Amino acid sequence: MKEFGYRRASDVAGAVALLGADPDARFLGGGTNLVDLMKAGVERPSHLVDVRELPLDDIEPTPDGGLRIGATVTNSELAAHPEVRRRYPALAQAVLAGASGQLRNMATVGGNLLQRTRCGYFTDVSQPCNKRAPGTGCPAVEGVHHNHAILGASDHCVAVHPSDMGVALSAFDAVVSYETADGPGDVALNDFYLPVGDTPHRETALPDGALITGVTLPPAPAAARSRYRKVRERASYAFAIGSVAAALDIRDGMVREARVALGAVASRPWRARAAERVLTGAPADAAVFAAAADAELAAARPLPDNAYKVTLMRNLVVAVLTELAEDGTRSAEEAAR
Amino acid sequence: MSTATTRATPAPAGSVGTARTRVEGRDKVTGAARYAGEVPFADLAHGWLVLSTVARGRILSIDSGAALALPGVLTVLHHGNAPRVDVDFVGLLGTRPDPTCALFQHDRVPHMGWPVALVVAETSEQAREAAETLVVQYEKEDHDVAFSAAHPDAYAMDGVMPAVTGKGDLDAEIAASATVVDAEYTTPEEHHNPMEPHAATARWDDGRLEVVDSNQGAGWVQGELAKLFQMDPSAVRVRSEHVGGGFGSKGVRAHQVAAVMAATALQRPVRVVLTRRQMFTLIGYRSPTVQQVRLGADADGRLRALEHRSLSVTSTVHEFVEPAAGVARAMYDADAHHTANRVVRLDVPTPTWMRAPGEAPGSFALESALDELAEGCGIDPVELRLRNEPDRGPVSGLPFASHNLRACFQEGARRFGWAERDPRPGLRREGRWLLGTGTAAASFPAGAAPSTAVATAEPDGSFTVRIAAADIGTGARTALTQVAADALAVPPDRVRVRIGDSDFGPAMIAGGSMGTRSWAWAVTAAAEELRERLALGSDIPAEGITVRSDTSAAVGALARKERHAYGAQFAEVAVDVTTGEVRVRRMLGVFAAGRIVNPLTARSQLTGGMIWGISMALHEESVRDPATGGHVGADLAGYHVATHADVPLVEADWVDDPDPDDPVGIKGIGEIGIVGAAAAIANAVWHATGVRHRHLPIRPDRVLAAGTGAPRA
Repeated sequence: MKEFGYRRASDVAGAVALLGADPDARFLGGGTNLVDLMKAGVERPSHLVDVRELPLDDIEPTPDGGLRIGATVTNSELAAHPEVRRRYPALAQAVLAGASGQLRNMATVGGNLLQRTRCGYFTDVSQPCNKRAPGTGCPAVEGVHHNHAILGASDHCVAVHPSDMGVALSAFDAVVSYETADGPGDVALNDFYLPVGDTPHRETALPDGALITGVTLPPAPAAARSRYRKVRERASYAFAIGSVAAALDIRDGMVREARVALGAVASRPWRARAAERVLTGAPADAAVFAAAADAELAAARPLPDNAYKVTLMRNLVVAVLTELAEDGTRSAEEAAR
Repeated sequence: MSTATTRATPAPAGSVGTARTRVEGRDKVTGAARYAGEVPFADLAHGWLVLSTVARGRILSIDSGAALALPGVLTVLHHGNAPRVDVDFVGLLGTRPDPTCALFQHDRVPHMGWPVALVVAETSEQAREAAETLVVQYEKEDHDVAFSAAHPDAYAMDGVMPAVTGKGDLDAEIAASATVVDAEYTTPEEHHNPMEPHAATARWDDGRLEVVDSNQGAGWVQGELAKLFQMDPSAVRVRSEHVGGGFGSKGVRAHQVAAVMAATALQRPVRVVLTRRQMFTLIGYRSPTVQQVRLGADADGRLRALEHRSLSVTSTVHEFVEPAAGVARAMYDADAHHTANRVVRLDVPTPTWMRAPGEAPGSFALESALDELAEGCGIDPVELRLRNEPDRGPVSGLPFASHNLRACFQEGARRFGWAERDPRPGLRREGRWLLGTGTAAASFPAGAAPSTAVATAEPDGSFTVRIAAADIGTGARTALTQVAADALAVPPDRVRVRIGDSDFGPAMIAGGSMGTRSWAWAVTAAAEELRERLALGSDIPAEGITVRSDTSAAVGALARKERHAYGAQFAEVAVDVTTGEVRVRRMLGVFAAGRIVNPLTARSQLTGGMIWGISMALHEESVRDPATGGHVGADLAGYHVATHADVPLVEADWVDDPDPDDPVGIKGIGEIGIVGAAAAIANAVWHATGVRHRHLPIRPDRVLAAGTGAPRA
């Protein structure tokens, strides 16, 4: 394999400077995806800048009642944090639904956001792939696409984003902060991942050479009662074939606020705005939940072998919303006692 | 877990039958045990195989100029410069060598991932980097990788058994049957994926070829390498001390041949290790199957008609048949009884033995069909099987050596709580989960093959036993230590068993569930004779007293009988038909497998097979892209096996299974654990949902599409 350089950064500015303008250099977080891709020959970096020791490993409340999560916080630390579990339980559930204990101990928040698709054509350098080698084609459209996108894809790429964490962050309107040589910047997670279009190799809105420094969760009272459900082909240690992060604020049987995001259906965590519009202000009942799911999935464009995902996601959205409504009823009863 | 067995008589005081941790266990868990890819050698060079990127065609040219110019690169071997090997022979197991042994012998590419070159360098990283710069031009031809029951080129093929057996008028018996099942079942391509990748190091040592390898039979590999390179077997030594799983895949393959070629060319030690991805095309796999089963029974469930036809795939360069239709030949009789194994040649790698070849996919189809017949007849599935126990081999007509399936079912049903089961499907719900239970029968042949062993009494009062056995994770080294200790009438800590070295003489491989039975026979013979000799009372000289055994005559004299291990599998599953998730809640397997040498490792073997059955039922599937002819997701992220979370409560136990006429009393347990396991799970999914799943794996999309059958009134 190709030889590469390795440097460890001790501060953010130093890390950005070490990466420099070299398009073949990469930041190394936990390495749980990047190192695999290097072994597979998909990534062939000239040098790695290890950012794991950067002082970005805190989770702190923000003055307005949100949370700021440092980029090098590990997935394990994130899922175990009491304020994350109290204020954004779906986020903790999503992180725990991913990977394995060993991987979560290594994987970082910043790295999780930048992990690459597990499409089998992307990870096999002997195959064409528009994401890995622009212009070579997408064999998945006609080939194996059992776990590929039903929403927001194009003929150029039908891969899905693998993150569980990102689905919950999407539902909670997280904002990603980064640092560049020209200074810091912010971008909403829901604008962080670019549309696929005919440029599937351009995945994020991060400027070249930018280092993710953290993620900010704005206050979201509804998120305190949120859930994440993940369906996968085995009980653990598999990427989702469909997942839902959702929160409902129900008062007197009516939905005041709804947050729904879907995973494993698109090239990015898929914020289900159409479903939220149906839910908001409507009765919290089964018919509305089904209508919300249908509204979101009306845009689905499944391929021959992933049409099951439309049924799966409809069922899963309804199931999670139903569970949230039952949670709300239960806690209202408890409050009344 | 209890380790109690239900023995009619107490075992004689001795080591056999008592639970023992592995003698090499400490070495393995501390990392002291060296596997083939990590044994150090001075001056070691590293080879990296380059595999074809077309599924059929011809190599036009290989430009190695750029690769040879890279730092550390020593040589590039390919069909234009490699030495000739002789592949025209039949090996120890009665089969021709794997076609990848014809390494770099011609310019044909018979499948995607065929080895076309070896790059050798000072380091593995340099070899790989150079391999990636190698430019190979192909003349590409259209390929055919589409496996289906309708393929026009299918033909019947004998393998370890005749392709076709038949007696009776099938159509007449079907017509006369009160209940008929006629269904098609399919199983996908599956890969062994042993934890330890295949690896070999070859070197010349004073005119002798030494290969440090990971294999299932050091003598087997020695014999084939000697034939390939036209050497006297005594000039080849193969060692394979520790093996991290084999499951049928670890014989002679391209990597050993490549290592020998390179070591010869460079006159220095060369190591070749396969990557996980390379293993998907170079080490064999279990063929996909399409199986048609027709059963017809009287109103009381007695079989009048049984037809089992299986189609599997082989390559264009080798014949291998997955004999899935063979399982009925020992399990069930019928007035009309017809079985057939057929193959079709496609442009794919050559399949091979994989844990319970034939029985694993065959039992899925047959034992699912039996469950459908039980449903149709309104007879309990356990009772149906007991009513159809044959009194002699249905095809062979031979008597059974022992046949304790009934005891397995009775003990299993009692412990599983089978009697309380409501047979109607789709009735039990727990939250979002539908619950169901299922059962299936299992059998696997109990064969033996000639082996030799050497037992030595050392002057210090200890004993050394040498046999070219292989411990591929089974606990064979420990079991043989116990067997030898009892035969010598000494405690096991006075016995040192050395295995995995072809210099110890010919022996059976770890395969066919025949290893421990065959080796224990030879070890017992040598040890008993040594004990008799020592009883004569003489001083032990410095070199010790050594006795050799050879069981060829004794194995040959074994009476012709149907010899099998049996088992009864039980499973409980939970199914969410709104998401397609299927989770096994518990499994119980009760087996009749002769004398159990080491209950600790035996239980691990049996539960390991059952857990693989969970994987087979729900997860495992190698996916091929018809356009490229190659795999997609050829790694352990794409190829799913059961995780810990998929394996909640799996219990294995056994019943007494004596055979006083058998000289060993041990039957193999390596394979029977997986037999019937997938069928028991599929039958439980039917019981949960009311829908038959006849295609493995039972994936979420299939469960979602199938939904639930309407519960019966």
